[in-house]
Amino acid sequence: MKELICIVCPNGCHLRVDEEKDYLVTGNSCPRGAEYGKSELMHPVRVVTSTVRCRDAAYPRCPVKTNRPVPKESIRAVMKAMENVTLTAPVRIGDIVIKNICGTGADLVSTRNMEKEN
Amino acid sequence: MYDLIVVGGGPAGLAAAWAAWDKGLKKILIVERDRELGGILNQCIHNGFGLHHFKEELTGPEYAGRFASMIRSTGVEVRLDTMVLEVTRDKQVRMVGKATGYREEQARTVVLAMGCRERTRGAIAIPGTRPAGIFTAGAAQRYVNMEGWLPGKRVVILGSGDIGLIMARRMTLEGAKVLACVEVMPYSGGLNRNIVQCLQDFDIPLYLSHTVTEIRGEKRVEQVVVSQVDESRRPIPGTEMVFDCDTLLLSVGLIPENELTRQAGIEMDPRTNGPKVYENMEVSVPGIFACGNVCHVHDLVDYVTSESLRAGEAAAAYVLSGDRAGKTLTVKNGPGVTYTVPQRIRREGVKKNCGIFFRVNRVCRDSEILVTSGETVIAKYSRSHLAPGEMEHIMLPAVLLNKADGEITLSIREAQA
Repeated sequence: MKELICIVCPNGCHLRVDEEKDYLVTGNSCPRGAEYGKSELMHPVRVVTSTVRCRDAAYPRCPVKTNRPVPKESIRAVMKAMENVTLTAPVRIGDIVIKNICGTGADLVSTRNMEKEN
Repeated sequence: MYDLIVVGGGPAGLAAAWAAWDKGLKKILIVERDRELGGILNQCIHNGFGLHHFKEELTGPEYAGRFASMIRSTGVEVRLDTMVLEVTRDKQVRMVGKATGYREEQARTVVLAMGCRERTRGAIAIPGTRPAGIFTAGAAQRYVNMEGWLPGKRVVILGSGDIGLIMARRMTLEGAKVLACVEVMPYSGGLNRNIVQCLQDFDIPLYLSHTVTEIRGEKRVEQVVVSQVDESRRPIPGTEMVFDCDTLLLSVGLIPENELTRQAGIEMDPRTNGPKVYENMEVSVPGIFACGNVCHVHDLVDYVTSESLRAGEAAAAYVLSGDRAGKTLTVKNGPGVTYTVPQRIRREGVKKNCGIFFRVNRVCRDSEILVTSGETVIAKYSRSHLAPGEMEHIMLPAVLLNKADGEITLSIREAQA
């Protein structure tokens, strides 16, 4: 039996996961919690959020995220992969920055509109 | 003459303006001192926003972006780079802006949505030298996420508020070494999920019941001394740990930014550092409303949104159907509860339910939230876990409110261990 805190939403439910009963989750208040409890013990994943360089905008950084969670052990590689990217404004929310980043199946996408500044 | 002037274009102001427009107000002005709408959300690039309101997980800029484009689809007027200097009790708003200069605008209603700011080193009086390298967590967040600067390489974080925890992860991902997160209280001030995904994921130690007792360094921070504290939060001699670091981030609380509110002579609540509000977010001056972090500091922007939508709707109702008088109930905090919002309820103003936000003063397991009036318990809610870092919320049905007389009290009864 393992105790964890659910990170799916800010409620932070206190989960108990029974590895012997096929990762049965109790203490969750929604189905996503049950899914999280199981996945956290079997293969933990996280959404990675960071920024990449951006030219011709009001700010030099454009925020980005992986559009789905990636394996926890690939976080470093994902961070490294976005180091050499430079976008040029205008950028729209949801624009793909890197497709299938590090072979995780997730795309790195922009999370804000960066208007072109003169 | 404006129907509504909203002071502040962060999540609270945007939601209030949106709701007022939706309810039929036509002449609405949002005044924002920054160069863009969205407020602090623009620098909160992490995800976890919007689960309640949009039913999906968004980052801060995405959440702000949605509201900004909703506002752009209306006829709401926006003045950026404009600072409100004064709001008078008869709802004149004095402001100064880059493009417009000094202006005085008259409104029928005003929504105060100025948000909050961070407590600084001065507010908590840490002894030691005064070198460079001491930042509030939010300032560091802006440097890293918007301006592209990493403020330091070896970091200690004082305070376990959410921004501090988020910055522990952020600085780590950007290549800094976060040595410790130090919290004076015996529990964290931030959300549990942030302890897990920001500290534990990166093996960053959290020292509860510890504080920074000295900052060392001439030009730049060189060391900080961390000591354990006793029950009354006094440092215990002999427990000192020295960390070699170049940066200290402070995440030691937020203060609602209420200069305009005080200046207008609006009644304040010392427990929230915000104005006292009714169930519709109206302050002690009729036709002036307050919502979001200016009222009380929230953990979740979704709650800011729902509270601010109510404020905007109430502003519209004030313009369209006039002042709301009626019998008032005072909401008091009993044992275990630090504050409540609203502080007053007008029964006529409650349709089906009255939402009450509050915080508890300690970590409680398996507890009951009791709503009493005099000796009578009028409602009970059970919770398996309560913590000061996590704002609580109950919905009190209007029929139960009718059982109350003059005042109601919220208190916590913890099950015997």
